[in-house]
Formats: sequence, structure tokens, C-alpha cells
Amino acid sequence: MRHLLDFRGWARTEVESLLDTARVMAEVLERPVKKVPALQGFTVATVFFEPSTRTRLSFELAARRMSADVVSFAAQTSSLQKGESYKDTLLTLEAMGVDAYVIRADAAGVPHQAARWVKGVVVNGGDGRRAHPTQALLDAYTLLEALGSLEGKKIAIVGDLLHSRVARSNVELLPLLGAEVWGAGPPTLLPQGLPGARLTSRLEEALAEADAVMVLRLQKERMEAGLIHLQDYIAHYQVTEARLKKAKPGAPLLHPGPMNRDVELEGTLADSARSLVNRQVHNGVAVRMAVLYHLLVGRER
Amino acid sequence: MKGDVLIRNVTLVDALGERGPADVLLGEGRILSLEGGEAQRVIEGKGRFLAPGFLDLHAHLREPGQEVKEDLYSGLLAAARGGYTDLVSMPNTTPPVDTPEAVRALREKAEALGLARLHPAAALTQGQEGKTLTEAGLLKEAGASLLTDDGRTNEDAGVLAAGLLQAAAFGLPVAVHAEDASLRRGGVMNDGPLADLLGLPGNPPEAEAARIARDLEVLRYAVRRSQKKPHLHIQHLSTGRALELVREAKRAGLPVTAEATPHHLTLTEEALRGFDPLFKVAPPLRTGEDVEALLEGLLDGTLDAIATDHAPHTQAEKELDLLRAPFGIPSLEVAFPLLYTELHRKRGFPLKRLVELFTDGPRNILGLKPIHLEEGAEASLVLLDPKERPVDPRNFTSKAKFSPWAGWTLGGWPVLTLVEGRIVHEALE
Repeated sequence: MRHLLDFRGWARTEVESLLDTARVMAEVLERPVKKVPALQGFTVATVFFEPSTRTRLSFELAARRMSADVVSFAAQTSSLQKGESYKDTLLTLEAMGVDAYVIRADAAGVPHQAARWVKGVVVNGGDGRRAHPTQALLDAYTLLEALGSLEGKKIAIVGDLLHSRVARSNVELLPLLGAEVWGAGPPTLLPQGLPGARLTSRLEEALAEADAVMVLRLQKERMEAGLIHLQDYIAHYQVTEARLKKAKPGAPLLHPGPMNRDVELEGTLADSARSLVNRQVHNGVAVRMAVLYHLLVGRER
Repeated sequence: MKGDVLIRNVTLVDALGERGPADVLLGEGRILSLEGGEAQRVIEGKGRFLAPGFLDLHAHLREPGQEVKEDLYSGLLAAARGGYTDLVSMPNTTPPVDTPEAVRALREKAEALGLARLHPAAALTQGQEGKTLTEAGLLKEAGASLLTDDGRTNEDAGVLAAGLLQAAAFGLPVAVHAEDASLRRGGVMNDGPLADLLGLPGNPPEAEAARIARDLEVLRYAVRRSQKKPHLHIQHLSTGRALELVREAKRAGLPVTAEATPHHLTLTEEALRGFDPLFKVAPPLRTGEDVEALLEGLLDGTLDAIATDHAPHTQAEKELDLLRAPFGIPSLEVAFPLLYTELHRKRGFPLKRLVELFTDGPRNILGLKPIHLEEGAEASLVLLDPKERPVDPRNFTSKAKFSPWAGWTLGGWPVLTLVEGRIVHEALE
């Protein structure tokens, strides 16, 4: 692979090979000295046009654990509104000798545009509603840890699928590993269709016999835009103990974070043994190490 | 008989049809003869065809205020290169063209340039704010060709109704950018499964149809209330559903006309798959079915004109992301070759009708006399060369040197444009 933008056109073998590497990286992270020289001499830039803490830290740690040099660019949203050019920012970094760009933006497609401008490799760190591929990879990794295999497994994704890049990436990735993906949410927050997923506005239908449940964050802006009423959402779409009875016993719960406790997910469930939220964050570093390794090592410089 | 220019052995095409070859003698700003004669300059036809000069109903020339994107000189020269002898500039400049003085200033400057002729549109409401009407009568006297708040949608139906009545009194059409802004929300591409897949906010086709349905009712009201016939012109129609509404209204005898753009006729939403803001336009590129419906509308007369919506921007602006980049495509210099090649050559769209949509169609909307290629006709003409050449936006005269059609090979390029016998563009080999 040349860049990691989304999973359009990906083959199952490519995903499996990445996840195999992630397992090796996870072992590195168990060692007393959590560092290998794999990316020595490479420079990774995190270019965040949209604020984010956990994804940026996770990528920076991943790069440092493999001995890459890391530079970090964080733009204020206001300077972008003045018409600051992404292209100029990226070309400036390129002139400084950056090899890989981890790009986060609030608009879909910015990493795709960047891939046309820079010679280095581009990793999508989340773009608008479009994709968050490393999140989906860490979700898949975590699900595999919990379920062993995803072949024929039913995964329910619940919440605001329309505005969710995490959902879109999971809907592209999980079927590649054999999973059957369902999406459930209120009609105003459901896309008209996403190849790879069955969509329903009935939560119970998605949860029935589910092997795992992925809960999405509900953003306040959606309520302000008149797309949903908070109490109505909680009444009909909150993932609760009672509703989870429809799913397979002990079905694990995932959430990309940050969580609105007692909004999309019952607070007690968030802290229960079924919750893999912290495991997801933990696995994120290993998965991102694997991605950077695959993109940079062996590449012509 | 002696003239200035003789174009020999050339095929004639206008709204009346294709005929010839003829030896067209021009002098005193008119066609003197179709049977030759002596002239100071002789141009060989060489398989080219001669048509009346084109009129663009809808171009953004950005002057005053945004000359970094385009100005009267670069825009009107681009028009001449595109075969246009006449052009309507949109009033959404900075500040908007909403006073007789502003209209007059534009006209005087354009006349001094001596390129394509400018017919400025003026704002329907002061500051294009949709609240207080502008002075239709004085604007008309100053030379305004139509009234429109293009770029902004007319939210207040009462204001639009009053505007139609007022404009009718002075024989001016009112043009509308028909889109229900509340249904569109922040949409940047056609709403549908592809927008969902790409994670881009969608602009539903229903937003266009909903507003057109309302505007047609407003027009019905204005017709009922007015002594003089109001005229509603719908800009850049993009969906099959909107087309049906206009077709029905025309059947019912409502005084409505409509235009389509070269981009809506040759591109679909699929162009957005690569996330290139170059393809970001308002209204958005739609589906293949919409394109087919528009072609049908061109043929059956539901659509009266092809208008460019030439919308130049700086390269840097078009390299922002899809949420922030401005809407618009520059197309004055490629519009005719594009449609000649893609519609006529590849799909058999009748050449006579295509030329009509660039000439008589838009002229009728402005109440201008048609130009037909016969003795005595005004020598505002374009000579078109069927020879194929690739589109290279770096050679555009427009300040916007990018194009969705860069690299496409097109025929039908304007090689000579004359305004009343005066050569304003020449690229003869």
C-alpha cells in the first residue's frame, strides 16, 4: 500500500498482514524497553487541522516506539477560515524532509487531496465524516482478541452513523474479515445506504443475536441542528443492560470515545467487564505502529 | 460589392438550420452578401462553420471587488475566445451591482474595452439581501438586462412577487437561483448514496424542485396581478424533477424560461469520488439520470438556453477542502467545443438546436432580436473549427486557469469572433 486513506479497494490479505504486524508490535509494547529501531531515520509529521488528543498522542507514541523522529503541526480552526492553505502547510513540511504525514481534518477528502500533493506517505488520521481507518483497524484488532475470528459474526454499530467516520471505516473493514455488519440509529442520523452494512432504525433488530456492539458518540450539534431530541434518543437508542439481553450473552461493547455516559451508553455498562474501551485505546498504539511500519519500511526513499 | 472581410466556402449554422457552403461578405457591421464579393481580407472556410455570435446569460466577471479572480478585461476577452459576442454579468460582486450608477459604470468600461458586449444584470434587492427592491425602471434605463439576486436564494416569496411585478412594468426578466436553503443545509454535493459513502454533506435534488415549485406559484400570482407580462427565468436547472415542474408550467402557459450549464450537461456526481473541490458547484453535479433528463429538456424546449455560470476563483481557493472551497467552474472558453463534442459529435444532438441554445434561445430571454445568417444581418458572428485540440487551461484568458475538462480533446473551437464586423478574437491557423 502506498497510503492509508480508507479501505476502498483493499483485499482481505492486506488487512490480515497488517493485523499480524500489529500483533508483533503489541509484543514489543509488553517488553520492559518498549522501543525498536525499525523507523530510525524516518520523520513522521502529525498534521492536525482539527483538534484531537488521543489519536495524535497514539500516533506520536507509535512513531516514537519505532524510533522515528516526530514533528507535530496543530492548526487553529480560525486560521483555516482565513483561507490558510493545507497545501502550503504540507509542502512546507515536505521541504523539511518529512516522510509520512498523519492528517486529521474536519472535511472529508483532505488526506486524499494531500496524497496528490506530497511525495511522502499519507495516513488518514480521521477526515470529516469520511474515514478513520486506524480506528477501524484497532477496533478489528480488539474484536479479534475478544472473539477469535470475525467470520460470520454479527457486529452491531449503534448511533449517529450518518456523521460518523468511525462507522464508515468499520463498515468498509469488518466485512473484509467476514463479519456481518448492522447499523442502527434514528432515521435522521442514518445514511441512505452504505455498501457492506444492513441499516435499520430499529435498535432491537441490530442487537438481536449480535456478537459485539459498537456504540458511537452522539454529538450535541445534532440536537442543535434539530436532527434528534436528546430524551427521545435516550429512550429509543441508548444501549442499556436490558436491551443488550437481545445480543449474545456477554457480547463485548466497543466505543471510539470520548463517551457521553448515560447518553449513548448506560453508565454502568461503560465500566462493566464487557466494555473494551480501554483495550481499544491500548491496541491503538500497536496498530498504528504496524501501519507506519507497512507504509515506510521497504519503500523507496 | 466591396466589403471588409470575406469568409469563403463556409458552412452556415443558425437556428434555421445548416446550409451552404456560402461566401460570406461582411462590411458596415453587417452581412452584405452570402454570395461573395471583394474584400480587404479573405478567410478560407476550410471545413469550418459560421454561426451567430453566442450570448451567455450567466457569467461571473467578479468586477467590482474581486478582480483577483476575474475582471471585465480578462472575462470579456475569455468570452470572445469562447465565441461569445454578448454576455450577462451577474451582480453578486463586492459590492453588489444594485444601483443604476453601478450598471452604467460597468457598461461604459466594457464598451471602452471593445471586446464582447456586456449586458449587466442588476440585483433584484438592495445589497442582494432579499428585503428591499432595487429601482427596476432606473436600472433598465441604465442598461440592466435582467434582475437577479443570483448566488443568494430569494427566501421571501412576497419580495419575489413584488420584484416580478415591478420588473414586468419595465420589461425586465427576473432570474432566480432556485434552491431551498433550509433543505439544502450545508450540502456540498448531490445528496444520495454517493454523498453518504464519501461522507460529504448532501444537497438534495428536492431542494431545487421545492423552491422552483414555490417560485412558479409566485409567478402565477404575479401573472394574475400584473397588467404587463412578468417573466421568471430559472438559472442553472440541474435535476430531472425540477425540469418536469418547468415543463408542466410551460404547458400551462406560464411565462417561465430556464437554462442549463455545460457542467451539468457533461459531468455527474461521480466526479467527486476523488475529493477534488474543482468539481464543487452550486447546484451540485447530479446523477446520470438527471443529465439525461436535461438533454431531453434541451431537445423539447423546456430548457431555453445554455448558460455557463462561468465562476472563476483563485487556484489557492480551489485547493482548500470540499467544505471550504468556493463553488464554481470557469467555462467561457470551453463551453461550445465541449457541448459540440460531447453532445453533438458523440451523441448526435442536432447542431442546429445546439447553436440555437447559444444564440436565439438566450437572446429571446433578454428580448433581443435573433441573428440569422442572411443578408443584412448584424455581423456578430463566430467561426467554428471542427478540428480537435486538447483543453489546456494554462492557456485560458480567464484568470482561473483550471478546468474539469483539462486534457479532454474537443472540436468546434471558435477561431474568429466578430462583434458588428469588428474582430474581437482571432486564432486562425
